This record gives sequence, C-alpha cells and structure tokens, in this order.
Amino acid sequence: MMDFKDYNGVWVFIEEKDGVISQVSLELLGAGRKLADKRGVELAGIIIGENIKQLSHTIFEYGADTAYVYDQPIFKHYRTESYMRALLECTNKYKPEIILFGATSTGKDLASAVATDLPTGLTADTTELDVDEETGLLLASRPAFGGNIMATILCKKYRPQMATVRAKVMKALEPQPGRRGTIIEEEIQLKEDDIRTKVLEIVEATTKKVRIDEADIIVAGGKGLGSSEGFQLVRQLADVLGGAVGASRDVVEAGWIEHPHQVGQTGVTVTPKIYIAIGISGAIQHIVGMKNSGLIIAINKDPEAPIFNTCHYGIVGDAFEIVPLLIDQFKTALRREGLTHVREV
Amino acid sequence: MLHIVACIKQVPDTKIIKMNPKTNTMDRRTAPAILNPYDAHAVEEAVRLKERYGGTVSVVSMGPPPAVKAIKKCVEIGADEGYLITDRRFAGADTLATSYALTKALEKISKIKPVDLVICGKMSIDGDTGQVGPGIARRLDIPPLTSVNKVVEINKEEGYAIIHRKLEDGYEIVQSTLPCLFSVEKTINEVPYSSFQNMLKAARYQPHIWSVDDLEDVDIKQLGLKGSPTIVSKVWAPPKPEGGSFIEGSPKEQVEELLSILLEKKELFNIKEG
Repeated sequence: MMDFKDYNGVWVFIEEKDGVISQVSLELLGAGRKLADKRGVELAGIIIGENIKQLSHTIFEYGADTAYVYDQPIFKHYRTESYMRALLECTNKYKPEIILFGATSTGKDLASAVATDLPTGLTADTTELDVDEETGLLLASRPAFGGNIMATILCKKYRPQMATVRAKVMKALEPQPGRRGTIIEEEIQLKEDDIRTKVLEIVEATTKKVRIDEADIIVAGGKGLGSSEGFQLVRQLADVLGGAVGASRDVVEAGWIEHPHQVGQTGVTVTPKIYIAIGISGAIQHIVGMKNSGLIIAINKDPEAPIFNTCHYGIVGDAFEIVPLLIDQFKTALRREGLTHVREV
Repeated sequence: MLHIVACIKQVPDTKIIKMNPKTNTMDRRTAPAILNPYDAHAVEEAVRLKERYGGTVSVVSMGPPPAVKAIKKCVEIGADEGYLITDRRFAGADTLATSYALTKALEKISKIKPVDLVICGKMSIDGDTGQVGPGIARRLDIPPLTSVNKVVEINKEEGYAIIHRKLEDGYEIVQSTLPCLFSVEKTINEVPYSSFQNMLKAARYQPHIWSVDDLEDVDIKQLGLKGSPTIVSKVWAPPKPEGGSFIEGSPKEQVEELLSILLEKKELFNIKEG
C-alpha cells in the first residue's frame, strides 16, 4: 500500500511550441491553482524542451509556485520515450498528488505512457475538476458512454492521480506581472541512442486549418437537417451572419462536413459570442463543447430536445421554415440600416 | 514477411444507444454491437501493409463471447487470424487493466509467431480515451506512435518503420525501430466494402478463444475491476442551466424576435456603415 502522505502538490504538464506556452496549459494552471489552494499545497508546472527555461516566469505569472525544468537538446522534439523518462523521473523524485495534462495529442500520448509505467489511474478528456479537501481525492468528471451522460471518475488507491483536460473548459488566471516562484532545474542522463524514435522532419500545414474555435459567431447543424443538402441551410446562415460553420458528431460521421467543424467532446470546444444550434438534439458530448458560449440560440422541431435546456433562447419549429426567413430578414435589416457586410477573406 | 496484429473492440453503437433516464446508465439492449469504427481503419491498414510487404494479419480483442462477431468483421476486411480473450475476470477493466490483458494476449500470440507491428485505432467510441494503445506499447516495451495518418515504409530487414504523425498544424515524419505500435487516425485510409470471398471466409471462420487460464504469467490482481485504478463514482446528468426561454408565436414572429436579439450584438457581424 502506498503512503499517500508522501505525495504532495498539484502539477501541470506545460506544453510549448516554438517557445510559446499553449493556451490549454495556462488554463490548467488556473484550474490547478484552485485545486492546490483548496488542498493548501503548491502548484507546479513541469516544462520539458530545449531552450525553454525562461518560460518558468510565464507560468509563475499564471499561478504556479514552482517550475520543474528539463532543458536539454534531446528534448528538442516531443517524443513519447524521452519526455516520458523525464516526467517519470521527476514524479518519482518529488511525488505530486495530482498531475494534469491538456487533452491534446501530445498530452494524451504522454499521460497514457506515464500512467502505465507508474502505474496509476488516468482519466481522459476531463471537463470538470474538483478535489476533496480532506482526502485529496481528485474528482475528474467527463462525458461518458458515448457522451450521453456525465461520470465522475476517482482514483482511490494510487498516487499521483492523473487526468487529461479538454482545452477551453477551464479558465486561465489573469497574469500577475512580476509574480515569482522557484525554479528547480533537473537533468536526465539520456543519450540519443537510448531513444528508439527520431523525428526526421516537421511539415507545417500549407492550407490554413479550419479554426472554428476562434470564431465569434458559430452556426451549427445537426442530424435534424435530414441530409447533406439540408445542411446547406447552416452554411447559408453562417455566410450571411459572417460566422463559422459547426456540426454535431452525427453529421461529421455521416460525412456532411469534415471533422475540424465538429463541436463537442471528440471535436472542438468553442466559446463564441453567439452559437446557433439548428437541428441539434443536444447530447452531452456536444453540450460540453459549446455550453460556455455567450449567447446560445437553439432551433429544433422537438420541444423535448435536451438542447433547449442549455440555450438562452429556444425556437420550437421547422428549421427549413425559420432559417430562410431569418436569412431574408437579416439581409433586409442590414439594408434598412445602411450596413454592409464585410467578409473576412 | 510481416506479422501485424491489430487490437480491436466490439462496442455498442453509441449513436443509436438510449439512456435509461431513471438509472442514468446505457441501455445496451437498445444498441447493436459493432466493430469500433476506428478499429476498422487499424485492420484495414494492417491488411494494406500485408498486401504491400507480404505477411499475416492477426486481430486480438478482449470482450464477452459475442465479440466473435467483431472479429469476423475483421476477417471480412482481410485479417487472417483472430484471437478473443474472454473471461469474467476481465470484466470491469479500465484502460490500465485492459492494456495489461491485451498485452498478455499479444505475448502469447508472439510465441506462436513473433509480432513486428501492433496497430490500434485512435480510440473506442464508447470509452473515448485513446489510452489503451500507448499503454500496450509501454507494457511490451516497444515505441508507441500515436496519431499516425500515413505509413511511408516498413523495413523488416533493417528493423525500422517510417510514418507520418498528425500534429495540430501539419504533420511530422518519424522513424522508429521495429517492433512498434501505431495508433492510427481515421483519415489514414478508407475501408472499402468487403469482397465476397472474404465474406464467405468470415462466415466460416472461428477465432481462437482464450480464457485467463490460457494466458501465461498473468497476475490476476491486475485484471478487470480489481486491476483498475480508476472507478466511476457517480453518473449524473448535468444540472439544467437557468434563464433559458422559448420564443413563441408564428414563425414570422419568432424570426422577428430572434432578429432583434441578434441585432443587439450587431458589432459582431463584421458589418460597417455603408
């Protein structure tokens, strides 16, 4: 049996690219700060990479008390085996009670490997976090069973407790310029030959990736639109409003639109100022991806659709009647007020 | 000749499944059991590599006896052999216990025929974690390569593989030693309709079925619920948010009210005085 008293503090794995900390890591420092305060323990970030030591100051400004730093050429590119060795070594040495990772491809890859070796429990794609003040038990909640319901996952018998956390569901703290912390520099004895993979080349995408998570307005469509042709309605309204097109999981799986447009747990989490859901029933896996939007409007035929529990304004009606009318009226309103639409290219 | 093993899972079709509103649990009877769609791509990739380099494709799964059906589906796609590990002692496994059990099965398979490559789907549609693949790789002590969306080359003689790993913005080309494990993206291939010949073969095919006792060096404590560090403590529906209201009236009235709500946020619409 492990002695849990030896395990202390909340850690966040800090992801960086080209010397910039990823947004999800900053969000996790915000979430981790709350957990650490509730437990009365330290919040630390662990930064692994090459030429990354200076990022420590940034994480202090975002709430960390301590930075564990592995700054060595062998960490130039993310590789499971090298990063895992550093994180395992550091974890075994300093024994945190909780480690949080962004639910990004890197975060999930690393967390899965580390949890297997420790071993300990790992909860995937968490959307809510809390901690029991007394026992230190991490309450990690996520949509489960295909996303129709939430489940709270516990890891009672092992430490550290680990979770990957979805981007954009936690809030980063306002940075406090000049806030300080302790930097602990670590070094691992690891030769290039010890690592069985090599990154030969990194190829940046040439076409600009669809980033609906950056849009102020999203018009999203679901299975209720009936067909790929029906889904055109969503594109038309998005076009008129100058918004991005979102979609439910069903629609993406049916092939009406590509995956980068999928909103929800296995898609993107979005927080636009306006979110219009058309023909989307509102499975929980979808809701967790858009519930923090500023203004949520839902249009659905079924008055019992769960989406109406999450929206600010609901319209029970036929999208094929409502949406064309709305497009028409919106255009008229623009003309009436002498406004023109400026589409960003 | 390569020996490629794809790890697969039979899952309830979560698109169709209904929840029991009283108990907040899945009513599995309402959903047909299917081969996890992500795993179909793993098997398809294994079959393509077999066609390219020659060799054998095996599939392995942990699940209840009806999961034989999912293995037969893999034979339809082109797998040669299927192994199902099934035992009550596997039940209730989380990702850690699942990767342990599958690793034990893979160790036994590699005694029959050494394994060069393990391929997993990105994740299962009922668990949605993507954690089992890397877990198996760690336990077998082979390199895990996740987010694989293209296999450039497998060179068994010289013992390496070159693949593309999808990144947030682009991809990276990675070389790994063999054996290794890939978790593949859905975009890596398209699974075509099965040939009539494969369908016939699948209909007749009987997978190898192993219980815990058929596996070697198994630590029973690491299996199933007992071997799972994570537990589901409660299942709940999120609380309903406050303040939502319906816009009533005829479609025309509804649209007019909606329009006035939207126009309050005029500044968002990228519009300017003309």
